[in-house]
Amino acid sequence: MTTTPTRTRTPARGSTGTAYTRVEGREKVTGAARYAGEIPFADLAHGWLVLSTVAHGRIRSLDTDPVLAMPGVLAVLHHENAPRLNTDYVGMLGKPDPTCAVFQNDRVPHLGWPVALVVAETPEQAREAAESLVVHYEQEPHDIDFSPARTDTYPADGHMPAVTEKGDLEAELAASAVVVDAEYTTPEEHHSMMEPHAATALWAGGRLEVVDSNQGATWVVGELANLFSLDPASVRVRSEHVGGGFGSKGVRAHQVAAVMAATELQRPVRVVMTRRQMFSLTGYRRPTAQRVRLGADADGRLRALEHRSLNLTSQVHEFVESSTAPSRVMYDADAHHTAHRLVRLNVPTPTFMRAPGEAPGSFALESALDELAEKCGLDPIELRLRNEPERGPVSGLPFASRNLAACFREGARRFGWADRDPRPGVRREGRWLLGTGTAAASFSAGAGPSTATITAEADGTYTVRIAAADIGTGARTALTLIAADALEAPPDRIRMRIGDSDFGPAMIAGGSTGTRSWAWAVRAAAAELRERLALGADIPPEGMTVRADTTEALGTLAGKERHSYGAQFAEVAVDVTTGEVRVRRMLGIFAAGTIVNPLTARSQLVGGMIWGISMALHEEAVRDRASGGVYGPDLAGYHVATHADVPLVEADWVDDHDPEDPVGIKGIGEVGIVGAAAAIANAVWHATGVRHRDLPIRPDRVLQAAAEVPHA
Amino acid sequence: MEPAPSPTYSTITLNINGEKHALSVDHRTTLLDALRERLDLTGTKKGCDQGQCGACTVLIDGRRAVSCLQLAVAAEGHEITTIEGMAEGERLHPVQQAFLDLDGYQCGYCTPGQICSAVAMIEEHAAGWPSAVTDDVRPEAGPPPLTAEEIRERMSGNLCRCGAYVSIVQAVARAAGAPTPQPAQAVPAAAGNSGSDNATAGKEAAA
Amino acid sequence: MREFGYHRAHDVAGAVALLGADPDARFLGGGTNLVDLMKTGVERPTRLVDVRELPLDGIEPTEDGGLRIGATVTNSDLAAHPEVRRRYPALTQAVLAGASGQLRNMATVGGNLLQRTRCGYFTDVSQPCNKRVPGSGCPAVQGVHHNHAILGASEHCVAVHPSDMGVALAAFDAVVTYETAGGPGRLPRADFYLPAGATPHRGTALPAGALITGVTLPPLPVAAHSRYRKVRERASYAFAIGSVAAALDVRDGVVHDVRLAFGAVASRPWRARTAEQALAGAPADADTFAAAADAELAAAKPLPDNGYKVTLMRNLVVAVLTELAEEAAR
Repeated sequence: MTTTPTRTRTPARGSTGTAYTRVEGREKVTGAARYAGEIPFADLAHGWLVLSTVAHGRIRSLDTDPVLAMPGVLAVLHHENAPRLNTDYVGMLGKPDPTCAVFQNDRVPHLGWPVALVVAETPEQAREAAESLVVHYEQEPHDIDFSPARTDTYPADGHMPAVTEKGDLEAELAASAVVVDAEYTTPEEHHSMMEPHAATALWAGGRLEVVDSNQGATWVVGELANLFSLDPASVRVRSEHVGGGFGSKGVRAHQVAAVMAATELQRPVRVVMTRRQMFSLTGYRRPTAQRVRLGADADGRLRALEHRSLNLTSQVHEFVESSTAPSRVMYDADAHHTAHRLVRLNVPTPTFMRAPGEAPGSFALESALDELAEKCGLDPIELRLRNEPERGPVSGLPFASRNLAACFREGARRFGWADRDPRPGVRREGRWLLGTGTAAASFSAGAGPSTATITAEADGTYTVRIAAADIGTGARTALTLIAADALEAPPDRIRMRIGDSDFGPAMIAGGSTGTRSWAWAVRAAAAELRERLALGADIPPEGMTVRADTTEALGTLAGKERHSYGAQFAEVAVDVTTGEVRVRRMLGIFAAGTIVNPLTARSQLVGGMIWGISMALHEEAVRDRASGGVYGPDLAGYHVATHADVPLVEADWVDDHDPEDPVGIKGIGEVGIVGAAAAIANAVWHATGVRHRDLPIRPDRVLQAAAEVPHA
Repeated sequence: MEPAPSPTYSTITLNINGEKHALSVDHRTTLLDALRERLDLTGTKKGCDQGQCGACTVLIDGRRAVSCLQLAVAAEGHEITTIEGMAEGERLHPVQQAFLDLDGYQCGYCTPGQICSAVAMIEEHAAGWPSAVTDDVRPEAGPPPLTAEEIRERMSGNLCRCGAYVSIVQAVARAAGAPTPQPAQAVPAAAGNSGSDNATAGKEAAA
Repeated sequence: MREFGYHRAHDVAGAVALLGADPDARFLGGGTNLVDLMKTGVERPTRLVDVRELPLDGIEPTEDGGLRIGATVTNSDLAAHPEVRRRYPALTQAVLAGASGQLRNMATVGGNLLQRTRCGYFTDVSQPCNKRVPGSGCPAVQGVHHNHAILGASEHCVAVHPSDMGVALAAFDAVVTYETAGGPGRLPRADFYLPAGATPHRGTALPAGALITGVTLPPLPVAAHSRYRKVRERASYAFAIGSVAAALDVRDGVVHDVRLAFGAVASRPWRARTAEQALAGAPADADTFAAAADAELAAAKPLPDNGYKVTLMRNLVVAVLTELAEEAAR
């Protein structure tokens, strides 16, 4: 093919800003790339997890003898014989979720709680033995009822305060010419990355080695070292290729159980989760019940903004995420109140999932903005532009490069927004009603301390080592380009090694911080190496190696509101006689700092928008009240968007430059999903005249709504 | 460990990518597990193990199939092609090349299944098979053009959670010689900041 | 999955003999449903008799002008067959609306007839289910039943039959043929599936140990003007929440002949005979179609969370019959 390098208008130096295919692309398209469960080991044993079939209670006993007598069975680990673990520590991301500290006591706090690991010579033997293990429970009543009507909810701080309050909300609402007061719900959603969680543990040369699929080798080493009371230096975690993570691939039951079994049996043990097990063991996006109240003058200027969100967590761990985070960044008002509340139920612990907080929160906030625009008789984009804040609505801090307005202007032009008839329910094409919608997006641009090592090899190439994770983001390729530019070398002279905790501590691939954090460290190491090379030092045969750590540099960054932004546009078709909704096209325009590799950046942003389609129309895990478990916990029961659900989705970006920022990269992993579901829901309103405030917008909900609002 | 002969094991020969492999299998072993756990052909991926994701797609006698629901013992006597058998030496199959050039993947875990599925799907279409979105399935109507809508429907048995669908469809269209999907509403090419999707060759970036 | 024996059958009599009277033995076709159920523990056979290589993979015309479809014909080959596409287009559309390209290449006609419900309680062995463990109860009635039956269900089971192909076969009066140790037999499609009733674990009237050898479609001129429409919760690769197979012959604006069947609303593919009777001889217009749908759906007994299916089916019937009537008028 013709391979013409294309450059962005953003002033680019060298390789950054040019579209490059993935460094590991050939391995991925030929099947040569090996993921965690695919590295062969001699004498490998296979572990199979046994999960509880009750949602609350205690394990009375386990009938292990018949299982131990089954063909090939080597061990059954459970709370009576498993090694003791330490859970009293604070790891890289806080206190551990005791769910990963398997087999420590007889308590069962939710259905699908790990109760045993059966280890056997073959996976077939392990599976049959695990499924044959009879566990006797003392069952207690369980409570999985998630409802805003509950009286046992409480305000919970996560990584931000539970409650922020500014101004007199009721007074401003009373003084408002226009008020929107609406409740929105989003369901339990699961990451459902294609590669199930898998880990192989073994002891080699006095060190614990874990071949794993995770979003941060440093993170997992820290957790395992703490849990097993080991010196972190005696633990090595490798995670070269990762088949998707989306927030779910940290420390989980499988790695811990594998380490226990490898220690007990003194041979390599692999534990791979089944797809059904993943629905109770790998975290999920918790359901939300949100209420948004907006009060505005007739011209749309906000006087009051209230955003409240109820979340849930498990009985064993307080996981909080901040659904009102978008309200704390996007719009100011004279009275501005936000609050997160939590309820603890007999359910698994939720966790981070692509744009945690922002994804469900933006659905409520950006839907409410659309409702306000309708009530004010204002164009939804104009309403947002009129409410662009000067400073952080809650923090009072100045914004570092906020280019939301540019996103809307460019998006509106390319989407053809100017020709839009604002009236709902007036466009028809055959059996389909058509509509368009828009919404804003934002996600914070953070960074974490990282170390990088670069070796100038004697042959003129460079080897970069950093414990980064490429979970499909294109990080390996982006870092190659960044290193190439920093070293003023062509990319094919860079050997990028990632996914190994022995490369030194580094930030996780999460919270859209990965590439920003790692690029910082790689550039620092490159700068130092170039200084040393500039002094004319000869490169010895083993190469010249420098190491950089960004911990100190991170502290020098001025306190500002740092975020990426976006404008989402969607066109939908709705058949109100069958309830089917199809997205016909989507466009997202983003302001996300320097785009390192346009090819993979576009893929990642489009991927986030497709998550928005999936969230808006398909995804929903339903819990059975009687059992407490997810009904139909597999990929036929839990629907994610297929090829047929996804039209031509386009993503692009505007210039977004912050001269004060030493890295300039903001991260693009999450911002693509933020606002996407709201844009689709707003388009469904425009098509049909019906607001859908509960996700997903299922056929039965559309049918029900159509029955209530008849169409000509 | 080689299990002893028993009524629940069989010694079989599997014909994979033109090579014969003799092995003793537990009848419970799926073709997928035989490939991954016994023959070190790990390019075929296990996403759900229930026929619900397509990551384990291989070709059996030239037709795409999910290897997770195919017992290995029942696959004896059939020609199996996996992702490892798609390229001719160093020369990638056109579908592989198009996935590489157009970034038809992200994490890469569904990719071997997508590619195997696409290779067979292009053949199915060439044989005149209609699909669920073909307007008129009667043979008199002739084979449907391979539009983006047809590709999407025919590829829907392969889930991609990263959401690489748009570029996968473009890659399949390119490999099949079909028109590349264009935006539903034409947009001036000069509008974007980021230019076209053309990329420099992977080897330029590779170490 | 427990250990099992495996036998490959090469002729029909041999297959029947290999299965014998063993209640724990199963015929293995494409395996797309059986192997999945073995993995979830719903099926725990001691022996499998592989019938994929039996000489039952042909599609041939019958003496009277119908089609005989062998039991091991794959869904793909059935859907692609020119005579099926020409004379029974709704059957091709129904097959293509099901599963995925990969699964259709594996799945067989015989296996499709015997596929089990996708009810989430049936497939979870830690849950009660009358279909799986007679007498254990049906949690769906009080639990999750968003996609359960509105027609022909019982208090013992409200699961739906998942087949798309079966809906078209129901509309077209297909006859199932089978072989037993005592000789061949045949079951009209109408008698093939048993009502849920008090014995939902008994899905079909097939005698124990019988091997399905094929399906015969009668000559049916109206079937050349047929259509299958399926609604599901995503655009592809999902089971139906409601579907319609319809064939319509309109002469002088009046319904001359009609076939109508519903999917995903009952324990079996649901032949809508009441609607057909209401349509016969009536003007081919939307009012007639709606009235006919209402007549069929008068018997519907929706549960608290699946009442939408009544509306959905009514709308689908009107939409599909209207399309067919418009085509006929062209």
